[in-house]
Amino acid sequence: MLKVENLHLYYGDAQALSDVSLNVPDGEIVAIVGANGAGKSSLIRTLAGIEKPAQGTITFDGQDITGQPSYKVCELGLGQVAEGRQIFPSMTIKENLEMGAVINRGRAHAERNFERATTIFPRLKERLDQAAGTLSGGEQQMLAIGRCLMGEPKMIMFDEPSLGLAPALVQEVFQVIHRLNDEGITVVLVEQNVAVSLKMANHAYVLENGHMVMEGTGESLLNDDRVRQAYLGL
Amino acid sequence: MTWDTIANIMIGGVLTGLVYALMALGLSVIFGVIKVVNFAHGEMMALAMYAAFVIFSTYGLDPLLATPIIAGGLFLIGYIMQRALVAPFVTRPEHEQFILLLAVAILLVNGLLLIFGPDAQSVMVEYGFDSFEVGPLILDKVKVYAAAASIAVALSLLLFFKYTRTGKAIRACSDNLRGAQVVGLNIKNLYALTFGLGAACVGAAGCLLSMLVDITPMLAPELTLLAFIIVIIGGLGSLSGALLGGVLIGASEALAGLLITPSMKSLFSFGLLILVLAIRPQGLLGKRSS
Repeated sequence: MLKVENLHLYYGDAQALSDVSLNVPDGEIVAIVGANGAGKSSLIRTLAGIEKPAQGTITFDGQDITGQPSYKVCELGLGQVAEGRQIFPSMTIKENLEMGAVINRGRAHAERNFERATTIFPRLKERLDQAAGTLSGGEQQMLAIGRCLMGEPKMIMFDEPSLGLAPALVQEVFQVIHRLNDEGITVVLVEQNVAVSLKMANHAYVLENGHMVMEGTGESLLNDDRVRQAYLGL
Repeated sequence: MTWDTIANIMIGGVLTGLVYALMALGLSVIFGVIKVVNFAHGEMMALAMYAAFVIFSTYGLDPLLATPIIAGGLFLIGYIMQRALVAPFVTRPEHEQFILLLAVAILLVNGLLLIFGPDAQSVMVEYGFDSFEVGPLILDKVKVYAAAASIAVALSLLLFFKYTRTGKAIRACSDNLRGAQVVGLNIKNLYALTFGLGAACVGAAGCLLSMLVDITPMLAPELTLLAFIIVIIGGLGSLSGALLGGVLIGASEALAGLLITPSMKSLFSFGLLILVLAIRPQGLLGKRSS
């Protein structure tokens, strides 16, 4: 579904990603783990068309999307639940969801996707006219996921979906990600919660200082001594 | 001086102020979304005033009826200006944006000077001296029409932002730009639309103001300054603040004319500005920046 080859990204003179390659097969969950500042979010943003890579190619669903702006990438069905949720705080929940369906892809099925999002997250439906900025962190994360579903994505990249959430909510968010994957959505998961994300993932990559240093099945990385030491503190 | 006179003059000031408010609304819309201050705002207004003057003197078309045409024309100019000129400067330092728009302002004023000369022109509609009498009050017909049209334009803009998909998408860009990228909004296009809408506001306001004041190219920098004062008094980026600020400035100008002399009107506007900056620096309806 998504194939990334030899990606390089610079912020001015600083290199954020160096020769990153990655393969996400259709229908799978692929985890990307790494320390803070390793380049995980930069990678997601580049794949989403928000940052422009200096070198390399990104192919999504058979189409070359390298350097395409984010609105074109979204239109092809590559959705994103961004780091920090990035909801629209002064707009209502209903308006936030509507904004997820501005792209043509979402517009065609807006009603169905609205039903889908509010069935998964009934709490959103109870507060449609409330300003999104007044929601709790967990509710904002639900809104961010719901908003993403409004765009009818084939694949969703989750960037730190559990960051700053209460343990009970973390559980719920991961369950939702599982459910969406069962319903056929391909998932890329970037998480600081390394143990959980490796358990969930079919395949995983380890990113260090902008380089992909390791890859393997989720299980094999979970049992790898280096990963256990560096990320699991064992 | 009787109470009737005072009331008449103040109401006249408020009516003119509503036209100023529409002008300031345009500035506020552009700043609120794109975060670029349009330093050529008054100059674009002067352009619209001359457009109204030319249309009136050539075809005899009442500026009230020419308002949609001129607003449409300014919308196009604003849209193209954002796409071709301002867009590459959006992420650059503010002083570079300032120089760019100042250049546009200088070109516009001097272009108008070249074409129309420095002398004042005026648009004199047939009902220019008519008035409505409401009890003891005598309301200038032209002012009432211009104010009503300003309210109509401002109201339709606010409804556009509240209810249409595109209007909401523009608000989303202003609310959280990263979020707008995440959901795949076409930001370049929405920014151009926004600049176009701000320009359309100032176009409509200029067209309406052409009925109330004499038109000279040198009015342009004064109007830019006036728009800033209004927006700062009302609160940067606040649309209702721009409307309130416009009305207050209109009333304070009228009061200056009444109490001292009309040429002292800027004294009152600046006085009001200093007062607001001292007491409530974020503007009357502005949000305190965090």
